Amino acid sequence: MSTVTHDHDTAHHGEHHHHAPSGLKRWLYTTNHKDIGTLYLLFALTMFFIGGAMAMVIRAELFQPGLQLVQADFFNQMTTVHGLIMVFGAVMPAFTGLANWLIPMMIGAPDMALPRMNNWSFWILPFAFAILLASLFMEGGGPGFGWTFYAPLSTKYSGDSTALFVFSVHIMGISSIMGAINVIVTIFNLRAPGMTWMKMPLFVWTWLITAFLLIAVMPVLAGTVTMVLTDKYFGTSFFDAAGGGDPVLFQHIFWFFGHPEVYIMILPAFGIISSIVPTFARKPLFGYASMVYATSSIALLSFLVWAHHMFTTGMPVFAELFFMYCTMLIAVPTGVKVFNWVATMWKGAMTFEVPMMFALAFIVLFTIGGFSGLMLAITPADFQYHDTYFVVAHFHYVLVTGAIFSIIAAAYYWLPKWTGHMYDETLGQWHFWCSLISVNMLFFPMHFVGLAGMPRRIPDYALQFADFNAFISIGGFAFGLSQLLFVWVLVKCIKGGEKATDQVWEGAEGLEWTLSSPPPYHSFTTPPEVK
Amino acid sequence: MQRQPDHLPLIKRLLLATALMFGFGFALVPLYDVFCDLTGINGKTSTMAATADKAVVDAKRTITIEFLARPNADMPWLFAPQTKKMTVHPGEIKLVYYEAQNPTAATMTGQAVPSVSPGQAALYFNKMECFCFNQQVLTAGQKLLMPLQFYVDPALPEHFSTITLSYTLYDMTKHAPAETVTAQVSTGGNDE
Repeated sequence: MSTVTHDHDTAHHGEHHHHAPSGLKRWLYTTNHKDIGTLYLLFALTMFFIGGAMAMVIRAELFQPGLQLVQADFFNQMTTVHGLIMVFGAVMPAFTGLANWLIPMMIGAPDMALPRMNNWSFWILPFAFAILLASLFMEGGGPGFGWTFYAPLSTKYSGDSTALFVFSVHIMGISSIMGAINVIVTIFNLRAPGMTWMKMPLFVWTWLITAFLLIAVMPVLAGTVTMVLTDKYFGTSFFDAAGGGDPVLFQHIFWFFGHPEVYIMILPAFGIISSIVPTFARKPLFGYASMVYATSSIALLSFLVWAHHMFTTGMPVFAELFFMYCTMLIAVPTGVKVFNWVATMWKGAMTFEVPMMFALAFIVLFTIGGFSGLMLAITPADFQYHDTYFVVAHFHYVLVTGAIFSIIAAAYYWLPKWTGHMYDETLGQWHFWCSLISVNMLFFPMHFVGLAGMPRRIPDYALQFADFNAFISIGGFAFGLSQLLFVWVLVKCIKGGEKATDQVWEGAEGLEWTLSSPPPYHSFTTPPEVK
Repeated sequence: MQRQPDHLPLIKRLLLATALMFGFGFALVPLYDVFCDLTGINGKTSTMAATADKAVVDAKRTITIEFLARPNADMPWLFAPQTKKMTVHPGEIKLVYYEAQNPTAATMTGQAVPSVSPGQAALYFNKMECFCFNQQVLTAGQKLLMPLQFYVDPALPEHFSTITLSYTLYDMTKHAPAETVTAQVSTGGNDE
């Protein structure tokens, strides 16, 4: 690690705090991208633990066959709200938080382009989730139709919490769209002189593409929940066959949103890994341009594959083949990325600090999730895998060991920059190894019970699955507890620790590492020159 | 501080894109219907009566037709086909009856919605007369025989040998406007 002095960061501290409001008002009124980034990240962490607690309820119930702890209705609410919280409350806000913190620092801008909208887009989020969580306590319970809220489950057979569910999804959607507009405007208009498109860091590129995906599909989700609302309460028949509608139409519209949505949750992760791997391999990223094109083509293809979630709805063979081949085609740009990361490490002078460990685990485990995705893409095979634990294993590999691991890696990687202190490396390594072992205990056996036919979203199961499920649950509890180590590391690092240098990591390159650690409240008030 | 660039044109374009995509979600509804009408992939049959003037009977092929009927969960009527299964030649015109009874003490309106499986065969299953074209009104305890006259288009692709026609009967009492009530007596045998 370099030994650059950082006398100017104390000078910066003095000049900006005298006019800022203090206490709660500082956070409520803030338009600063760093403050809002921190708020997003802390909110995502809170939601990660709330959604995680629900996963613990699910795993505790599934520890043994039969119904022990909760009733089937409540179990359904847990699977539903766990999914909604993790997707819209944990992963997406965490990425938005990283975007807020990092994009202005990476492109040499003083702040996000639309700071007031930034404040607004964060502060409506707690209300959205307060509404969703409160619905769990109303008479009849919260939404229990799965996070995919298929009609007619959500239109005909749901309770009155559906209205609250719909409004909270509306608010989440508005928040995401505002966040996306802010990211696009910032990247288009506030790049430092000389920062051409093909010089942008990959995290910025992947977020730009993600933001376009958000603008394209979050309004479709808003439309879908609106149709559910009017079908349920205002007598329309979008999805009701009695009135000339079609329940299968729901699945088409939902997955037209849903499939780009899963890329919204993974593209920024690709950007993070593409930042971390070169640093710890001490080599520039292999194949920068191909990474940009691969990300763009994944985003475009994501609009052509939605019906692979619906192979069992009785589609014509031609359509099944079309969606099968399009889905498999996505493996090509994704493979390009994985090969590029491996090639970046090839003959590099590698070290294995915590961010790199999580990044390496991401590359291996996300690829496993990609492979099970390829298996699911095979139409005839999908008829067996559909709605089993194999699917659960697949999407948890891409979302937990994919998206979440990348977010944790990003937190460790940029934490010294944000706080000015190094985190505790030993504790971080403990966190990594406990997470790695437990997460595989948790999700890997799900492949086996899934292939053997255990259906998902059911609180009970046949006796032959008992041993595997007990094992999975132990893995689940261990993974949940391991994340407390993460909180310990975070608190310790925020409170103090070894002073971080400006560059923090020996091999780190990019504009954010030229700033002091922690960076000044307003960074790049005069734009840097990018050569 | 650097000069603030003008963000407004880009923001306007992005907001417009958002609005358009919100509209696109709703546009998917009619698009889906048109697409399904053209391809018949969701098993929806035509809601218009077919004519049989140019149909030629193809005696070399036989197609098995299965008839299913069930009242929707909220529908108290009894509803069943008189014929469960029959074999037909493509082009041959057949007449079958479905039985419906309203066991409640109130006058109710019902609407049957057909679905054909496999879905792609729906384009070739032609109904010349069907109770599903209209809503049915049954007084308390009334029983009704409802006719279905159909033929299978001889152009039906070779690989189809069985077509299943399924009706689901929905309670439309709350939604039925009074003038859509149709006289059943003229079309089917109305045996009290």
